[in-house]
Formats: sequence, C-alpha cells, structure tokens
Amino acid sequence: MSSNKKYWQSVEELKEKSSAVETLPQNEFGVEIPTDEFLGDKKTLEGSTTSRRDFLKYVGFSTAAASLAACEGPVIRSIPYVVQPDRIVPGVANYYATTVADGFDFSGVLVKTREGRPIKIEQNTLANTGANARVQASVLGLYDSKRIKRPKSNGEVVSWEQLDRDVRQGLNAVSGEIVILTQTFASPSTTRLINDFSQQYGNVRHVVYDTVSENAALNAFQARYGERALPNYDFSQAETIVSVGADFLGDWAGGGYDAQYARGRVPQNGRMSRHIQFESTYSLTGANADKRVPVKLSEQRAVLAALSSYISGGASTSNLPTAVDDAVVKAVSQLRRSGSRGVVVTGIPDEDAQSLVLSINEALGSQVMDTENPRMIRQGNAAAVQQLVQDMNAGTIGALLIAGVNPAYSLPNADEFVEGLQNVGMSIAFSMKEDETAKMCNFIAATPHFLESWGDVQLTKNTFSIIQPTIRPLFDTRQFQDCLLRWSDNNISYYDYIRETWEPSIGTATWSDIIHDGAFQASAPSGIAASGNDTAAPVINNEATALRNLSAAPEAEGYELELYTSVGLGDGQHANNPWLQEFPDPITRASWDNYLKVSRADAAELGLENENASDGALNGSYVRITVGDTVVDNVPVYIQPGQAKGTVAIALGYGKKEGIQEEMQVGVNAYPLYKNFSSFQNVKIEKVGGVHEFAAVQQQRTLMGRGDIIKETTLEVFNTQDPHVWNKMPEVSLNHVETPVTSPDVDLWNGFDRTQGHHFNMSIDLNACTGCGACVIACHIENNVPVVGKREVRKFRDMHWLRIDRYFSSEPTFSEDIAKKENMSGLGDSLSQFGELEDPAENPQTVFQPMLCQHCNHAPCETVCPVTATMHGRQGQNMMVYNRCVGTRYCANNCPYKVRRFNWFRYNKNEEFDYHMNNDLGRMVLNPDVTVRSRGVMEKCSFCIQKTQKTILDAKRDGRAIQGDEFETACSLACDKGAIVFGDVNDETSLVKRLNEDGRTYRALEYIGTKPNVMYRVKVRNSTEA
Amino acid sequence: MKKVKFRHSAARVLVLSISLFLSINTLILAQEETSPTDSQEEDVQETVQGPEESNVESDVSGDAAAGKALFNSLCAACHKLDGNSIGPPLRGVAERRDIAWLQSWIKNSQALISSGDEQAVEIYNEYGQVAMPPFPQLDDTDIENILAYTSEPKAVPESKQAGSDGAAAPGAGGISTDIVLGILAFVLLMLLVILYLVNKTLRRFATASGVPLPAKKVTRKPIYRSFIENQFLVLVTAVALLLVSGYMMYGYFMQVGIDQGYQPVQPIHFSHKIHAGDNQVECKFCHSSARVSKHSGIPSLNVCMNCHKSIGEVAEETGTDEYSKDFYDKEIQKLYTAVGWDPAAQAYTGETEPVKWIRIHNLPDFAYFNHSQHVEVGGIACQTCHGPVEEMEIMYQNAPLTMGWCINCHRETNVMAEGNEYYEKVHEELSQKYGVENLTVAQMGGNECMKCHY
Repeated sequence: MSSNKKYWQSVEELKEKSSAVETLPQNEFGVEIPTDEFLGDKKTLEGSTTSRRDFLKYVGFSTAAASLAACEGPVIRSIPYVVQPDRIVPGVANYYATTVADGFDFSGVLVKTREGRPIKIEQNTLANTGANARVQASVLGLYDSKRIKRPKSNGEVVSWEQLDRDVRQGLNAVSGEIVILTQTFASPSTTRLINDFSQQYGNVRHVVYDTVSENAALNAFQARYGERALPNYDFSQAETIVSVGADFLGDWAGGGYDAQYARGRVPQNGRMSRHIQFESTYSLTGANADKRVPVKLSEQRAVLAALSSYISGGASTSNLPTAVDDAVVKAVSQLRRSGSRGVVVTGIPDEDAQSLVLSINEALGSQVMDTENPRMIRQGNAAAVQQLVQDMNAGTIGALLIAGVNPAYSLPNADEFVEGLQNVGMSIAFSMKEDETAKMCNFIAATPHFLESWGDVQLTKNTFSIIQPTIRPLFDTRQFQDCLLRWSDNNISYYDYIRETWEPSIGTATWSDIIHDGAFQASAPSGIAASGNDTAAPVINNEATALRNLSAAPEAEGYELELYTSVGLGDGQHANNPWLQEFPDPITRASWDNYLKVSRADAAELGLENENASDGALNGSYVRITVGDTVVDNVPVYIQPGQAKGTVAIALGYGKKEGIQEEMQVGVNAYPLYKNFSSFQNVKIEKVGGVHEFAAVQQQRTLMGRGDIIKETTLEVFNTQDPHVWNKMPEVSLNHVETPVTSPDVDLWNGFDRTQGHHFNMSIDLNACTGCGACVIACHIENNVPVVGKREVRKFRDMHWLRIDRYFSSEPTFSEDIAKKENMSGLGDSLSQFGELEDPAENPQTVFQPMLCQHCNHAPCETVCPVTATMHGRQGQNMMVYNRCVGTRYCANNCPYKVRRFNWFRYNKNEEFDYHMNNDLGRMVLNPDVTVRSRGVMEKCSFCIQKTQKTILDAKRDGRAIQGDEFETACSLACDKGAIVFGDVNDETSLVKRLNEDGRTYRALEYIGTKPNVMYRVKVRNSTEA
Repeated sequence: MKKVKFRHSAARVLVLSISLFLSINTLILAQEETSPTDSQEEDVQETVQGPEESNVESDVSGDAAAGKALFNSLCAACHKLDGNSIGPPLRGVAERRDIAWLQSWIKNSQALISSGDEQAVEIYNEYGQVAMPPFPQLDDTDIENILAYTSEPKAVPESKQAGSDGAAAPGAGGISTDIVLGILAFVLLMLLVILYLVNKTLRRFATASGVPLPAKKVTRKPIYRSFIENQFLVLVTAVALLLVSGYMMYGYFMQVGIDQGYQPVQPIHFSHKIHAGDNQVECKFCHSSARVSKHSGIPSLNVCMNCHKSIGEVAEETGTDEYSKDFYDKEIQKLYTAVGWDPAAQAYTGETEPVKWIRIHNLPDFAYFNHSQHVEVGGIACQTCHGPVEEMEIMYQNAPLTMGWCINCHRETNVMAEGNEYYEKVHEELSQKYGVENLTVAQMGGNECMKCHY
C-alpha cells in the first residue's frame, strides 16, 4: 500500500520538541520579523535629519534621473567574420563528439557549440557512457577565470620557446632519474609517446597516480587476469545485486554504472532486480537499494567473508550481529536463486576483499561481471607513488614532470612530497591552474582544457574514444603530449601522432567516422607496452588466507572513518566550478561544504548537535579528527540518518586553497586522512567549539502532512493487486459522494480542449531515478540559471529550476512495524529492535523525486498574478514572462510545489556574486537562446521551451510532421537512465503518451486539482526476500 | 467712422494679397523642384550614348554596342577593361596584339598554348597558368564587336561634366525665385511705409480741419481678468491642459527606445540600393543565414569578395550627384583593406581587419525573434518588416519593432500552412474550431507570451 507512510526531510522533524518544526505550521515565519532592529531605536530615528518627505523627494528625483538617463540608446556594434567557416551559421548550434578523460571521470560526450563557442556538454549515446553532473558541468572549466594563461618559469611569465630551451637543457643535463607523474590517461597514443620519450632520455620512469585510488581492485584483477584493469559490470543483466560498501552508482571503479542499473530497476513483466546494500555511510547506492543494511567498516569485511563462505558452503555461521547475519543469509539464498544473474561487488579498499569478490562472482558464474573486456580507466599504482615520494626525498630524482594531478594537495603525505620536491633537480607542472603543486614547481607548462585538446582514450579494452578540440585554444597553452613530442625531437603535432598510432589498427572505419561518432570498437594498437614500469603482477594472498584475514575483523579503536567522493565535487578537480559547489548533495542536501557525517547515536554520545536556526537553516558543531599524528581541525558535523553506529564519513576533494577563487574555497581538505590510499581509517573524534553554518536546501519546510507527494509500493503488491490499490486516485466528496479528483464536476475551473496541436507532458519514473543530479546541472546550464552562493542558499534562495527532493521514510508500512514488534523473541531482540522502532533515523529508506514546475493545467500561480505575467500556453506550458513580472511573488506563495524562484538580486555583472556570470570569460558559456533574468523577477522551469520551439521550427522548415519522441528538454536529454521522458501527449506514437496511460502513473498532490502536466510513476521496491 | 472702416479693410486686403502671393510662389517652386530629375535622366542617357560616337576613331571596325553585351556576358567575369582581374585588362588590346592572333586565342587559347605560340605561353604564365575557357561559339564578327568595345577610350571626364551641368540647372531656378521674393518683400515694405505716411498725413489734415478723431473707448475689464475670475473656465482649461500634457508625455515616453528611422553612419558606405535595387541581388543571397537561423546574419567579408574580387570599381552610371563614382570606389577599397585583398596582385595579404558595423535593428534581450520562421516557413518578404531596402542608399530601421507592431501582424497574417506537412493536422483541427478557412498566426498560438519571451 502506498498511503500510510510518514515521510520526513530532516532529522529536525523527528525531534519531539523542535521549536522550528512546531512553530512552522502555526506561523508563516519561524521567527518574528525583527522590525525592532530598525524601528526600535528611537534615538537614531529622531536624530535623523532626513524626513519622510525628504526621502520621497530623493526617491522621486533618482527615479526621474534614471529614466531620463535610460532614454538614450546605446550604439551596438556587430562584427561579422572576415571569412566565415563553412559549418558555422550564426544562431545555429553545432555538435561535436569528444571525450572527458580527466583521470577521474571518463565519458564520451557531445559538445554543443554556438558561434564556435562550446556552451553545453551532453551525453553521447554512441559512446554509451552517460554523463554525470561533473561531466555536464566541466564545460565551465574552459571559461575558468583562474586558468593559467601562459607558461611560467619560476613565477615569471616566459615564452614557450624559452621554456622549451630551458627544459631541454635541464633534461639533457639531468642527474638522476626523470620521472613522469601523471593521472590515468588511458590513452594508447600517450603511452606510446611516453615510451618514445623514455627511449630518447633513457632513464625515464612513468608513475601513474589516481587521486582517489582503486589500487586494491587493480592489484586483485591484475594478479588474477594479468592485466591492470577493473572488471566491467552490466547491471542491467543482474537479478540480484549484493554490494558490500561499493557505491557503484557514485564513483566506484570509475562510475557510470547507473544507467544500466536503472534499466534493471524498472519492473517489466513483473520482474525487477533486487539490490541489497551493506554499507556504513548513506551513499547514493544505498539510497536506491531495496534493502540497506548499515554495518561498520570493519564488519563489511566480515560480511564479505560470510557471503563467500556461505556461497561456497564452507561455513554456516559467522560472528556477525544476528540482524546482519540474517541479511547475509537471505542475500546468499537470493544470489543462489539468481544463479548467473547474481553479482557481488565491494568497495573495501583491500586486495583480499577485492580478489575474494572476483572469486565469488566466478563461483556464481555471473554474467554481470565482464573480465574479457575490462575497464582501463584506472591505472594508478599506490606503491609506485609512495616509492616516488621516498626517492624524491632521497634525492635520486633529477627531473619530475607532473601532468594532470595535484599531489601537493591530494597526497596523504603531501608535506613529504613538497619537501621531496626541493631535492628534485627540475620540476615541471603541466597544469591549467596555478595550484598547490604548480606553485612549487620550477616550470608551469600551461595546458589547454580538454575542449581545446586532441587525444584518444581506451575506455575498456575494446572500446575507444577520441578527444577532439571544439574551440581554438583561448590562451597561450600547449598540451602535455605536444610538449613531450617537442622535447623528444619529434616535430609532428600530437594530432598527427594519434593518427599515426591508429592508422594500422583503425580497421574498416575511416578516421572521419571515428571523429564523428566519438567512440569506436577496436583492438588496442599493437606494439604499445604499458609505460608504467610496474608490469610485474602484484603478489596477493590466496583465497583461504584472504578469507581468514577478512573474517578476523581487526578490533577497531575509536571511530571508523570512511572517505568518500561526493557526487558534486568528486576528487576535487572541479572545485572552482560554482555549478558543482552549489549542487546540493543528493543525500544530505547540503551544498558548498563537506562535513563529517555521524550517526545520531554517536552524535549524542559525543555531544554533537545539528540544529535548525530560527529561519530553518542548519547549524552544526565542529569536531577535530585525528588519524595517527595527523589532525584535521574544525570539521563541521552533519548528523546523517542511516549512518552506521561507530562510523563516520567525510568527502574528499574539498578545502582547496590554490588556483581557486575565494568564494569556492570551502570545506576542509580530507586528503591528509587518506593514509596509504585507504578509504577506511580508524580515527579519534573530539568536539571543538564553534557553530558551523550549513547551506542545505529542502530543510526549511516540513511536508505539512502532504506525504502522498510520493507514492510507493512493493513489487509483490504491484504484481498481485490492481493499480487502484497501490496507486489510488484521490477522491473528494461531492454531495456526499466520493468523486475522483480528476472529474470535471469537482473542478473549480472550466477545462479547455487540449487535444489540438502539441501538448507537452513529462513523465518521471521514481524507479529509474537514482538521484545522480546530472539533470540538475544540465538544467542549470541550459537555462542560464544563476549561482547565488553559500550565503544565499542558506537563506533558501537557491535558484535551481529543477531540484531532486530526497524523502526519508522508515519501515515501508505501519503494519510492518507491528509485524516487527510481534515477531520479537527474547530479551536480546527486544532490546535492539524496540530501539530501532523508536528511532526512525536508524536506517531510513529514501525516495528521490525530481521536482520542477508541474506546468499545471489549472495552475494556482496563474490566477494570483496581478499583472498576468504567468499564464498558460496552448502547448501545456505554464509560461513565465520576465518582462511583465513586477515581482510581487504571489505566484511563488501560491505554488503548492514550491518550484518558483525569485531573483532577489541581479546575479550577473554583480561583484557581490562573483561567479561565472560576473566575468567576460565565464559569460561565454551562457545560452544565447535564453534570457538572462534581471533582479526582481520570478523564474522557473519553462519545459525548455527554447528546445521544443526549435524542434517545431526544424520540422516546419523541413515541411514534415513531428512523430515519436523528437521533443526533448535539457533534463530528459541528460538522463541516461530514461527516468525523465518528455514528449507530446497528443501524439499517439510518443512514449510519454503510453506512459500517461500506465498504471504506475500518478500526479503530485493530485487531490489539489491542479492537473499537472508532469507525471510521476509510483516507486516499486523489490522487498521480496528469498 | 467711414474712414476708420476703410483703413481696416485696407490692412485686410494687404494681408490677403501677401498670402496669395506667397502661395503662388510655392507652387512655382514645387514645379521647379521636379525639373532637375528630368534633366538628370537625360544626362544619363547622354553619357551612355557619348562613347558610341567616339568609336568611329578606332581602327577596329565592329559594333561596340553588340560587343559590350557580349563582353558583359562572357568576358566580364574574368576581365576588366581597366585594371587587373583574373585575366589582364582588355582596353586597347586590339592595339597591343595582332587581330588574327586574338581571334585564335579567344576561340581556343589552350590549343594556341600547346602549339607553343610564344606570346600565348608568356601570357599564360604571367597570369598564374589559369586557363581561359575556349569560346568556339564566337565567330569573327562577334570577336570584332568585342574588340570594338574594348577599343573605346575611357569616358570618365565627359560624364562628369554632364553631371555638373545637370546639377547647375536647379541652382539657376533657385536664384530667380530668390530675386522675386526679394522684390516682393521690398514692395511690401514700401507699401507699409506708404500706409503709415498716408495715415499720418490724414490725421494731420483732420486735426487741421477740426474733424474730431474717434475718442478712445472707456476701459473695460480686460478679458484675462474675467477669465481668471470665472472658476469654471479655469477648471476646464486646467483639465484640458493636464490632459494635453499627459497625452504628450505619454507620447514622449512611448517613443523612448523606439528607433524607427535609425540611420547610423556605417564604417563602410554600403548601398542596399545599388545591390538589392539596381543589381537585383536577392536578399538571402548575402543574408543566407536568414533561411536557417534566428539571425539574418551580416554577411562575412568573404561573401562580399565572391563578387567584389572582380568588381573593383563601380560603373560610371552608378555615381550620383550625392555620391560620386570616386566615393563608391573608395568604399570598395575599404572592403579590400578589411578583407586583406591586394587588387594589384590579385591576392590576399592575410592582414584582415574586421568591419565593425553598427547594428540597426536591436530587439531587447528578452524578445526572441527567428528569421527563418518568418522568411522560410512563413514566406514573408524581407521588405514587409525592413521596408523598401532596395531603395535605401543608407539602411535605416523601417518598422518600429514594438510588441504592438509584432502582435498586429500576427493577428492579420495567415499561417502559410499549405504544402507544409507539419501544419496539416493542427491546421485542420484548429480551423474547424475557429470556423475559419485560414488561421491567423495568433489563432495558431503565435501571440502567446512565451513564444517570444523566454
């Protein structure tokens, strides 16, 4: 059943005597408006010489002056091309396929360019890698005002010729080894190039460094299969997924698994996959799981060991807590039943665990895991990096070339690295920013953005992708590869070099086909040996030892810390990107910050608090984290429902200080805690003084009892009952007869005939939505949505047109709570489980609901606008007319979905909001088809009318009818999971038409009678236990 | 009393006669204004005819008029009479080369080159080994005609003189009217003086002969006083004044930001009249992006060069009194400088300098307008909004570009749905709904706010 569930948004709501929650329903404002602040001070008021009349005079004069000044029109100049490139037509967008390969994210993408200027990144369906929020946002990196514009030598700007001369002199006279320290390029041509370079200079070592390491998984795979790679998974094939601490919907093993996962999550023919997640902190993956079991980090090892031995039948008991053991047993029987369609994955940073998982999947005969065509997008070697730091300190390194990584910031032992750098003869940083590392180096070779570069990428063993430039370099920059070519006496360009690499292995495809499609299937060009000099397979423990090591969980002291990467910032490369900083975390809903996530019980124990300030904004305590002798101070605390007791978690990638704007220098750097590249650490936590101010969205309001904004059911009910049972149409009483709310008899308004022409609808599948947020960023970019900064977000003035609301809930139904109580046996059970019942924040379930303007056919906002600035279009859009809006905000107050956004300030060309819209470079990313709104007007989702209008115009020009699913919005385009479907509901052939008639479809808050044009599909959980 | 009356009527007659005089005078002026254009046209014809007479002196016999037609259709793409183009300048070529040689060269230059003719090879190499296409369709007479045309001497000075003569003609008319006006003014002044003197004399006579002069009337309350005291009138006037000033204020404010008639001076004097009018170049030939894009696009300079590579100067007859041929030629030189074209070497120098045109039609940022929707889908002629561009020597904004103006057109214009499959279904449904045969843009939804504001 769907209706009797209590949803809540923040732990504040669960407190019995929270002043914020209690006052909210009674008062419009949580606190009294502090009028006394400016009216109470009688003395000042009387002392003022400005009377009310004077004030009015000033206002009148300045208004008149301003309007007179506005009478003179400016002279606008238009400068056409001297020679217009063939393909560029002003006003028409061009698309190019390229690849993001920054060492952390690897995605084939399409780049939209206008007048030769890249303005948006979209997923390339041919590459089939999806494009997450960071990839979507990476276009702004091109227009980053902090980019280094020309090469530097010891802090002085030099010419490339000078730099070439100096570097070559240094390389030729080098005493000691030359080391090239790079990100994972996964590029056959770069590998070949580094080999060439090594031949030229002889004593060259290539060290690959992944900022966030997958070292254990790589070692385990290499030991077993002889290749340094990661197994590939196809979760759409899976029937049962058991994950032990693997955030595979996040950045686990390079990420990008969510689209296939989502495909298996949509019930088809009564079947969907079942996903069981054992994890410590609340991850995106855990939020999507059917069953989430919070376990400590140390217990994760034991869980995996138990899984392994149960599957192999080696043991039938474990020393896990009963509840967890029970979950493991059930998971195993489910896996057994699924046979080859079951899969186990783990994120435990331990070779034993990783190799054990490979064995388990082999034992299961899992089709989901693919070891034939493994992923090549992580190549880092932790041992080699540590060796390098040692060698640097020993003084045996003559020259160090650093490309694509920032070890002085991201190494756990960064100070050792910085110290060692003093002993290196010559250091060259290839960097786009003057970051921590670049600042320390002798030379900074300014590199171009990937949208200005050439390259090739080996995504998996047989899938390749091309990086092609979409704009001429904005600054005097040169690619790392071009530098190496120049320095190894090779005078061809890197572009020619890539073609040379591929010429023999390109097969039947032509070069232009490859460039056009972006991605292609091939076998790796022959004769390119891996350039990392650690080709010897790592030695790992055999299975029995591994199992023994894992089950003997080390007794942990203090708290167990998990280091994770956030959906917004990842490894921290994009820290200077305001879109990503303002992107609210899917689970915590906090933006502009990282924080230590602790469980409620631990918080109570440590005396840590999260409190909603009077206006609803979140405040938190500070703690000091100690690992060994490393101390990280003043870490804000966020109480995370569902966080396993005894564990805490913090995101990497924040706290950057160099090469980054002051506004974006937020959070604390957690890399010093990332000892031995292990994401699990034992830490000591102490409370320190002070109160941290969070900027978290969605927590200023309560649900006001409108819990049925979400509808969910279980697979069992879904399969066995009629839709009206689990998706009940709300009814209202008309003459004492319950009448469905869709009936025209109960409607306040007269309906219109909406069957003519296009009528746009959007369908959002709560089952397919994983909450990844790619749509949020895509919408932000497409519609020129401003960034407002932390201070404003804290005031809930965030401008996102599309947000992904996260709702927690406890047990699926009340009846389950009762069943739980009935089934308790013995003192042990009742002690633990009564506690669970009392604390809904122990292990809540999550639903993500993308919320945007619902484009109600009977829109409450339209009737209250005094100037008709918002009204309905025939095509179903609720139209917002900026030039008519006078900013009364009546519409926002009357909107039941709270999707309207008000421009409290002018967010462009305003020093107070020094983000990309405040500099000429950053403004180049603006979409020329969408107005940049000014202060004092309301704005909201337009159903991307600029895109639908373009589709219509293209069809008109071609003189053809529009059929099928030609219409798209930015969010539907960005969603590689197919969760957001947009289209014309009057078109019989469209997918949205079919979804409209589906039993799972409902509309948010339908009983209000707003008749939205956005529909949601009931979330179905597979709660069937085997 | 009688005398007084008489005096008044005399003044009236005077005023009437003056106005009569003036009105007749303006009529005369108007007639004179029309005359110069006529005379100019004649001049133009003269200049065209001028050279024909002079070709008698040339040693080549042939019909230069027929030759000119042939030259323009066949040769002008690569040759100019004076100055380098793809091929050499042809004026006086008949004097430089043997006629028989020219005959065979024109008919088939490649054959001549391959036969090893020295002159042929030399000229072939000199002009970058660009082969001249053979013209077997020309017989000897045709070639003679062409050569007759190319042998004509340059005709610049003659036409200039003719032009200046024409310009002088209206000037003469102006002087004569001035004189007439002056005389008139003098006569009037004399009349006034006489009137005054007569009056003075009569008065003196009257006093002398004891005729009583009319006494001044008893002073009554002045009219403005009674007006001020009449509160009703004051009120009505005040209201009327307020309304009028309100109306004028409104009018003033409503024209703020409306730049109808905006005609800035452009960095290059580009005459739409010459291109779109005289030479009938289709608008979208240069503004090609209007077909596919929201922008009509200012043509890039390489588009200009498609034609102006071979058009380095304007024809004699293009020059007008206001803008001489020299002036236009200089403007073409500006284009060459901007695009980096060296007309002497017939090559690009690579030094470019983008032209900063001044944008005339400026929509506010919150209004979306798409040219291709109107031009390509709606089939609207460019002139509907941009006015008689083909007559504009200097481009100006023809339409007010206000929202009212847009909306009005959307209300009155029918959607061009015929033959467009996109409209088939929706047009049928909606026309049934509204009970009309043809839907207007507004009925189609073209007046919805967010069709243009997003």
